[in-house]
This record gives sequence, structure tokens and C-alpha cells, in this order.
Amino acid sequence: MNNFMHLLFSTDFAFSVLRVMTPILFAALGALISNKAGIVNIGLEGTMLVAALTGVITSAYSGSAWVGLLCAVLSGVIIAALLGFFTLKFKTHIILGGIAVNMFASGGTVFILYLVSGDKGASTSLKSGVLPNLHIPLIQDIPVLGPILSGHNVLTYVSLVAVAGLYYLLAKTPLGLQIRAVGENPKAAQSVGVKVNRIQFISLLISGFFASLGGAYMSMGYLSLFTRDMTAGRGWIGIAAEAVGRSTTIGTFLSALLFGAADALANALQILKLPAELIGTTPYIVTVIALMVYAISESKKKKRKLTKAKLKETKSS
Amino acid sequence: MFKAKHFEKIRTLAVILISLLLTFVIIAFVSDNPLYTIAVFLFEPISSVSHIGNVVEMAIPLMFTGLSVVLLFRTNMFNLGAEGIFYFAGIVASTIAIHVTMSAWFHPILAILAGAITGALLSAIPGILKAKWNVNELVTSLMFNSILFGIGLYFLNYKLRDPQAFANSSYKMQPSALLHNLIPGTRIHTGLILVIISIIVVHYFVYRTKWGYELRMTGSNRSFAEYSGINTTKVIIIVHLIAGFLAGMGGSVEVLGMYTRFQWTALPGYGLDGALVALLAKNNPLSVIGAALFLAYIRIGANQMSILSDVPSEMISIIQAVIILLISAEQFLKFWKTRMLLKEAGIRE
Amino acid sequence: MEISPLLEMRNVTKIYSNGVLANSNVNFSLEKGEIHAIVGENGAGKSTLMKMIFGLEEPSEGEIYLNGKKVKFQSPQDAIDHGIGMVHQHFMLVPSFSVVDNIILGMEPIKGFNIDYKDAVRMTVELSAKYNLAIEPLAKIEDLSVGMKQKVEILKVLIRGANILILDEPTAVLTPQETEELFRELLGLKREGHTIVFISHKLKEVKEICDRITIMRAGKTEGVFQVADVTEQEISRLMVGRDVILKYDKTNHQPGSPVLRVEHVSYAESDAKPLLNNISFTIREGEIVGIAGVEGNGQAELIKALTGQISDFTGHVAIGEHRLQGHTMKEIRDLGMSYIPEDRMHQGTAADASISDNLISRFYRFKAWNKGLFLNKKKITEFSEEQIKRYKVRCSGPEQLIGMLSGGNMQKIVVARECDDKPKLLIAEQPTRGVDVGAAQLIHQRLLEMRQEGCAILLLSADLNEILEVSDSLLVMYNGQFAAYFPDAKQVKEEDLGFAMLGLKRHNEDQIRRAIHV
Repeated sequence: MNNFMHLLFSTDFAFSVLRVMTPILFAALGALISNKAGIVNIGLEGTMLVAALTGVITSAYSGSAWVGLLCAVLSGVIIAALLGFFTLKFKTHIILGGIAVNMFASGGTVFILYLVSGDKGASTSLKSGVLPNLHIPLIQDIPVLGPILSGHNVLTYVSLVAVAGLYYLLAKTPLGLQIRAVGENPKAAQSVGVKVNRIQFISLLISGFFASLGGAYMSMGYLSLFTRDMTAGRGWIGIAAEAVGRSTTIGTFLSALLFGAADALANALQILKLPAELIGTTPYIVTVIALMVYAISESKKKKRKLTKAKLKETKSS
Repeated sequence: MFKAKHFEKIRTLAVILISLLLTFVIIAFVSDNPLYTIAVFLFEPISSVSHIGNVVEMAIPLMFTGLSVVLLFRTNMFNLGAEGIFYFAGIVASTIAIHVTMSAWFHPILAILAGAITGALLSAIPGILKAKWNVNELVTSLMFNSILFGIGLYFLNYKLRDPQAFANSSYKMQPSALLHNLIPGTRIHTGLILVIISIIVVHYFVYRTKWGYELRMTGSNRSFAEYSGINTTKVIIIVHLIAGFLAGMGGSVEVLGMYTRFQWTALPGYGLDGALVALLAKNNPLSVIGAALFLAYIRIGANQMSILSDVPSEMISIIQAVIILLISAEQFLKFWKTRMLLKEAGIRE
Repeated sequence: MEISPLLEMRNVTKIYSNGVLANSNVNFSLEKGEIHAIVGENGAGKSTLMKMIFGLEEPSEGEIYLNGKKVKFQSPQDAIDHGIGMVHQHFMLVPSFSVVDNIILGMEPIKGFNIDYKDAVRMTVELSAKYNLAIEPLAKIEDLSVGMKQKVEILKVLIRGANILILDEPTAVLTPQETEELFRELLGLKREGHTIVFISHKLKEVKEICDRITIMRAGKTEGVFQVADVTEQEISRLMVGRDVILKYDKTNHQPGSPVLRVEHVSYAESDAKPLLNNISFTIREGEIVGIAGVEGNGQAELIKALTGQISDFTGHVAIGEHRLQGHTMKEIRDLGMSYIPEDRMHQGTAADASISDNLISRFYRFKAWNKGLFLNKKKITEFSEEQIKRYKVRCSGPEQLIGMLSGGNMQKIVVARECDDKPKLLIAEQPTRGVDVGAAQLIHQRLLEMRQEGCAILLLSADLNEILEVSDSLLVMYNGQFAAYFPDAKQVKEEDLGFAMLGLKRHNEDQIRRAIHV
């Protein structure tokens, strides 16, 4: 137990929070951008998985982790484009479309992995690339913070930059304004000639872009190979993080951090020699509890908001 | 010849044809001997009594989970929790089959009931969360799948595991608990009768009873149901209970009918397949039979293909994804329907 | 040489994918600089026609010509690019955005990668000054009044360079004062050379500001006239194909004992200003009490309190001897209350269920409708067929999905269900909103029959004609209170009613207390 407490308050633990947060944050940002446009992308989990495999295979064949990253992103965007095509053009139910993506990914990646490597479990026979870790010159020398913030995988930093980038996109740019308008009142957007389908499609592509970065991180940063179903629900946890973050960029970031901490805690708990099967459920239990707390407080808030709206109504008339 | 009202049937058929075509294309790319592989995929499932038996054996759990999902989808609940419940109920049923001793008649009944009731209770949790506070049931049910799998695996590894067995599997279940074989030469078991009865009961329940009416109205328009005096919170919780009961029954039946030891070290996937069955069945309980048989058929075809040729069976998940995308695509082939409608309108004028 | 009209539609047919034939062989033409009215019952095809002009729908057959040139609009943007703008009946605004955000949406001025808000505000202010449409550029839409929102809508259209403006029932949501203001603005636009299409139900308004009128019925045009050449009666005859009976024969009879008692009901959410403030009245057997008022003065809350949708109010509500508070909707209905809700799509029907299913929602759980474990299918079918016949519902049979029906036919099903089986109390909230004249008449007559049978009826309506014609007595709500009680609705002058609705004149407490009967 002492060991455990010691670990919990070490810089190693704080470092690992950021490390395990990264894929969840990417998924959460993917959920955020598509939800802002009023389209629920639940195919994030599958998109991550496809990107993870694509990264491994293409980096192995090209010999370059960067080419792998590029192809991983491309694959994620293509998946998102397909999902967009079916849901926006053919009016496939978006939830079912997402389920299809996940189903495709869980079996399809094994299928392709087998065709490429002859193995159905992991890509051990492929010499795939790994994206570098960055040691940031000035920050790494700061005591306590240095070891926490420096030395992460390049994609961990990308995820943090992405938070700022997404915030800017949504708040300041014409595209952001249109995305928010489409999400809040698509008919209003349509009535002024904003192409709702196009905006939603673009949002889905960005969503797929983020998810694929999360997938690439899984197989080319977090681990250095692809294993069957390696995303293990991180896409879903990302979706939960977006909801708990109340669909704001900052809130989403903070709740992704919380889920990252839960995940890191689960890893740390293994030191206590508790059964791994039970410890492994920690992030999922935390997610359910967080969703519950969020939903209960939300239903209370809704009541209050209703009051406000009613008040305004009476005032204005 | 083609009337607009047959449109849905024609479309389902078209989707199946397209997905089969796609299967052939993938096989043609992957296989060294595509014609042989396609023949295996298409005809091996009906090549012998035992293979036909395999199709029916696999259709049984698919019907259970499909029926479970039909009820949830009908009430507008996107809950995919059948997966974890199916697994966990299997653990519960096999525990009773291993540790409880009783007569051959009551043993399986007790084990199945225990699994089903466990399923109902577990399913109620996301149901209550959804009904009371509108917690997203899709995410919670998926989280529950992972949680139930973790706990189930813990039970298997620490409580049920037979150290003398080669693989990661439980002690042998007592013969008295196992389901009887129904058709010699196959492994088709009495679970088939149970699932057919369940389907018929659910059909009458949904379309002919006042409780089914409440369920349908809640799914169609929850505000309308509430306005009509229906307690939708109760309906949603009850639907979750029934759906969990059916999924739990499916898991128990599958374990007692097909195995002598519990040996799932991964989620078997029938829960998610239930969603596909429900879609193919257009949320209609009776159609679940055909949809499950179809899915089982292509599954067995794929399995045989991976045994007899060089194409792995996971290919089938690509086909399944395409089926989901197309079958739920409202606009797919819609232009055709519009043209038929125009024609019919023209005739009437 | 003949000058071609500004906009022309030739032989246009539209059939929706659910099989509804909305327009059939319609011809329509618009001259530059006119205000052109389009009138017709609900479901006559006006909205569809306009949607095709605005690129929201594409014609199944036929052509559209602009300035003599054939055009094909595939999206609103195409129409906007050709100088066509539309002010929708339900405002197309993003509530959490500011006025400026809404106006520049889709045509944002840019500085670098960012939106140039300085320029955006300048554009908005200039435009509103030019057309004399005063607005606050930085106010949030959700804080604005209905009239203000409409101005934002018109500005949105103008900033996109529209010279043809389509206004879909623009006065439906406005107060009389706001309507006058709108008409002044529209005439101003006309002077500037804009062309306006004015869709309306209100023939008086059409006569007031329109130059020409196109009348539609059942998806077809029934003729185009100079407004000055036709009377309101002639227009209404062409609209519905028969003379509209605006008067109903009501027998005089003495109402019975009170069925609904409302005593000192007040309601506020948290510590806010009360939305209902000490409301008391009764409704007696065989009496129709109308409640009038500008929307948002507490009517919605009153209905919610009476129908159990809110329960945390103070005071006392009872049906007969039974207190309502704390009871579920089912229990309230079991006490004999029926309720025609305002929004038939949201509450009144389940669109993808059959007509039968929608008809039995009040009865399905009663013993008489069940046979053992099962619903009595034969009885349900017979009942449905009977109601369809009685209310002249246009449909293919009891198994048809109700969502396939037109608004009027759908509402008939709601009314049929709520009026059957002799309820003691009927709450009718906007029972004929968005319904064609024929259906409205049928519904009004049914309400009067119910009155005859001794049902106590609360009629809440924004349609003054309806409320004056159908009610026996009339209450007016203003600011969460009753502002007036008229014991005899027949004697009420529209002017007095208007004053009470706008809070300009109030009856005293004693006059209002007369609404309570013992």
C-alpha cells in the first residue's frame, strides 16, 4: 500500500496520466467537433482501430514512421468520409452508421492483419515505425514539472495543440460559426445558404482526423505494434468525456484528463497485486459514474434553465 | 409489376444481393482460387446435415440476442448491452450447472432462469439510468459490456477454472444440466424450441397486448405516450428487464446447449450481432428467425471458407458493416420508389 | 412584344417521396414591384410551391423561369444568388447567436482567418438604417421579442441582395401593433422596388396591402385576381369551394354544476416572477370557457398545471371532488379529463404508428377494449372505421400510418379520440391551429356537440374568431393573471378584447370573480 501511495504522488504517475490521456483526448475532440455540427459520430472507436493498423502496416512497408502517420490519418479521414457519405447522402441512421464502422473495424482489421502478416493477434512480425518522444529544452529542466511535461510522444503534444486549435476554430472562424449554427439550428443555417450537409461532412472529416491521430498514437507511440482490438473502448470513453465536458472545448479537455487519470490509476493499482481482470474495469466504471453524475446534474440544470427561459418569455411580452 | 408498397422488401433483397456481390469481389482479390472459395462460402453450409445443423445451432443465440435488441430498438433505445449480459449469464448458468446438483429436468431450467434473471437485473441498470436521468444508454451499455466481461473473466479464472483442464476453461458441468439434443447428427438442442416460443410470445406481446401497445407508443413518440397517461419510465425499465432476460436466457442456453465446460475467454460477439439481426428483421419479432438464419448461414459459410480455403473468416465483418450501412440507408434506392409513386399517381389522375 | 413576368412557374408538379401529391400542374407568375398574395387552406400546396421557388424542394415536373430565363434551383443558395429571399413562418434563427452572427452567417466578412466583427456590425447597422428596420446588433436572439426576430429575418434576406421576398404567414405571430409596423415596412420595401410574395390565411390583411392574389386549393391554382376586384367572400369560396359558415347555431342552455374548479393557483419557477398569479375560475357542465391572450402570458403554464405536467404550484385544482395535484396523467385522465394538445406532432400523435393505434390511446387499457390478455382487435378496427367515417378523415384505412395524413386529417384523429366516450372535462388547446377551414368547422361543431352533451370545455386559442364564436364566456390572460372576464362571449367587442389582451384595460376584481361559480 505504501508503495502504491508513493507511486500515486510521483512525477511518474503524473507523466503517465498525460500518456494515457492522449488517445482519449483525441477521441473526445473528434466527438466534440462532430457533435457541435449536430452529428453524433460513434464510429470513433473503429476509426481509431483502422488508423492504428494502417499506421503499423504503412510504416513497416515504407520504413518511415511519418509516412505511417500520414497514411493512418488518411485512412481515418476516408472512414469518416464513407460514414458521412452514407449518413448524409443515403440517410443511414448516424448511430447505425457508427455501429457499422465499429463492426467493420473490429473484424476488418484482423482480416487485413492476417492477410499482411499471417497473424490474427498482433503485428509482431512487422517492423513498424514508432513516432519520436520530444524532450523540450527549457521545460525539461524545471523541477517536478519538467519530468511530467517533457519527454512525451510527439502526438501527446499534438493533442494539446489540437485543443487550442479546435477552440480557435470554433470561436473565431467563419467555419466555426457555421458549424455551431448547423448544430444548433440546421434549418436556420440552410435558410441562408449554408450547405448543412457540407458543414456536417467537413466536421465528420475533422472528427475522423482526430480519431485517426488517437489510433496512430496507440500503435506507434503508446505501444509499438498493433494488437487485435487494441483501442479497448477508448473511443467510447472519449465520447463520454465530451458529454461530461458539456460540449465545450475546455470542459472536454479537463474530463479527458480525468479519464486519463482513472486509466493511469488502474495501471498503478496493479502494483497491489489485485486481480488484473477486475482492475481493468476501472476506466469503464469511472466512465459510467462520471456520465451518471453529469446526467443527473444536467437534468437539474435543465429545470433551472427552463425557469430562465420562461422568465425571459414573460419579460419580453 | 413492382408496387411502391413492396419497396421495403425489394430493398432488403437488393442489399443482400449487393453484399453478396461484394463478398465475391473481396474473395476474388484475396483468394488464389476464387471460384472454389466462393463455392465453399455459398454451398458448404448446406452441403451436409451436420453443416445445416451448424447454421441452426448458430442461429439460436442470434435469435435470442436479435429478439432482445428488437425490443430495445422498438422503444428507441440504442442499447448494445446484450453482449456483456450474454457472457455474464453464461457464467451464472455454468456456475449452477457445475456446483448445484439436482434432477435432470429442473437443473437446466434453474440454470437458464438464473442466467436470465441475472441478465434482466443487469440490463435494468442502464435502463433505469436512461429512464430517470437520460444517461446515454449506448455508452453506458458498452461500458457495462467491458465491466461484465472483466468480472466474468475474474470468476472464470479464480472461481470456476479447472486446473486440470488444458485450456482456460471451467470445471465440467454436470450432465443433468445440459440441454438435450434435438436432431441426431447435429448439435441442435432444445434451446431451439425455447427461442421459437420466445419469439412467438414476444410477437403477441408487442402487437396484441396493452403492454406491447405501451411499448410501441413509447418508442414511436415518448411525449405522446406520456400525454396519453403511459408511465414511460416504467415502460423503458420493463423493456430493459425483458431484453436483459432474453439476452441472459440466450447466454445460458448457448452454454448449456453447446458446451460441457465454460470456456469463453473473450466476448463471443452475439450481442452486437443481435443489433444486425434486429436491423435485418426491421424490428419485427417474427422476422428475427429469417434474419438470424441468414446471418448464421453466411457465418458458417465464412467459417468453412477459412477452414477449406485461404480467406480468413473475419472477412464477414466487412460484409456485415456494408449490410448495416445499406439496410438503414433510407435514401438508398429511394429514387426508384419516387419514380414508382409518380407512375402510380399518373395512373390515378 | 410581351414582357415576360419577373418570375414564372409553368405546369409545376411536386410529389413527395412518401407519396403525397403536393402540387399538380401549378402555374404562377409574379410581376416586378407588386405585393402578391397566395392564399389557400392548409395543405393546399402554398408552402411546397414556395419551397420550390426557394430551392428547398425541387419540382418533380415543370419549369421555373426568372426574367424569362429557365432556372433550376437545387439549394436555397441558388435561389439567394438569383435574388430570392424567404422569411419563414417559424424563424430560422440560431437562438444563442447575436443578431449580427445571424445576419452574417454564411457570408461572414473575413480578416485573415478570423471573422471581421467590426465590419459585420457596420454592415448590419447601415442596412437597418437604410430600410428603417431598427435592431440592436449585439443582442442575443433568444432575448428578443417576436417582432424583433422577424426584423432580423427580413434583414437577413435583404443583406443577401434579395429583390424577391417571400413571407410565409408573417403576421401569424405578431400583435396588431407589430403587424401594422410590418405593413409599413413592407410598403417601404415595395417603394424601393422590391417584389413581395405574401402568404396568408387572413383575408383582411391580404385586402389591406396586396396588389394581386393567387388562390390555391388541393395542390392546384384556382385563379389569379387583382385584389381590388374580388371580395373576401369570393376568395373564401374559391379557397374551400363553398361558403365558409363563420356563425354557429348555439342553443341557449343553462350550464350545470361546476366540473373544474381552479382556486388561487400561483406558480413560479424557483424565485422568479410568478408565471401564474392567483388564478381562480370554474367551468360548469355544458359550458365552453374561452381563454384568450397574447402568447406567453401564462396560458401555457395554466394548461400544464391543469393537465398534471407541472405539479409544484400552489392553490387548488379539482375535477369534481377530486384534487388534481400530485396525480399522474393516467390518474387525471381516469377522473374524466380529455386534452387536445397544442402540438399534435409533439404530443398529440405518434407519427409512425397507425391511425388505429393513435385512436385508442385513451382506451386501450380499459377492460372493455381487452379480451383476456389481448387487445380486442375487432372492436378497435370497428371503432377506427367508425371514427374515420364520422370525421371524414381522408386516409386509406385504419392501418395507415398517421404521419402520412395532412395536418387537418391528423388533428381530426386527435379530436375524435379526445372527444369520444363522454369525458367530463375537455381541455382544447389551439384545437384548429394550422388546420384547413373544413376541418376547423368540423372540430368546432364537435366541440359544440360536446357542450350539448354536458361536457365542460376549456378552449384556449390565439384565433380570436374561433374563441369569440365557440365560447360561452371568455377570460383574458395578461401577465399571469386574468385581466378580464366576459360572461357572454357573443357580446364582446374585438376592440375591448384587444385592450384587455394588451393589458391596456383591466376589469376590476369583482368583475373577474364572476368567473367563479358555486
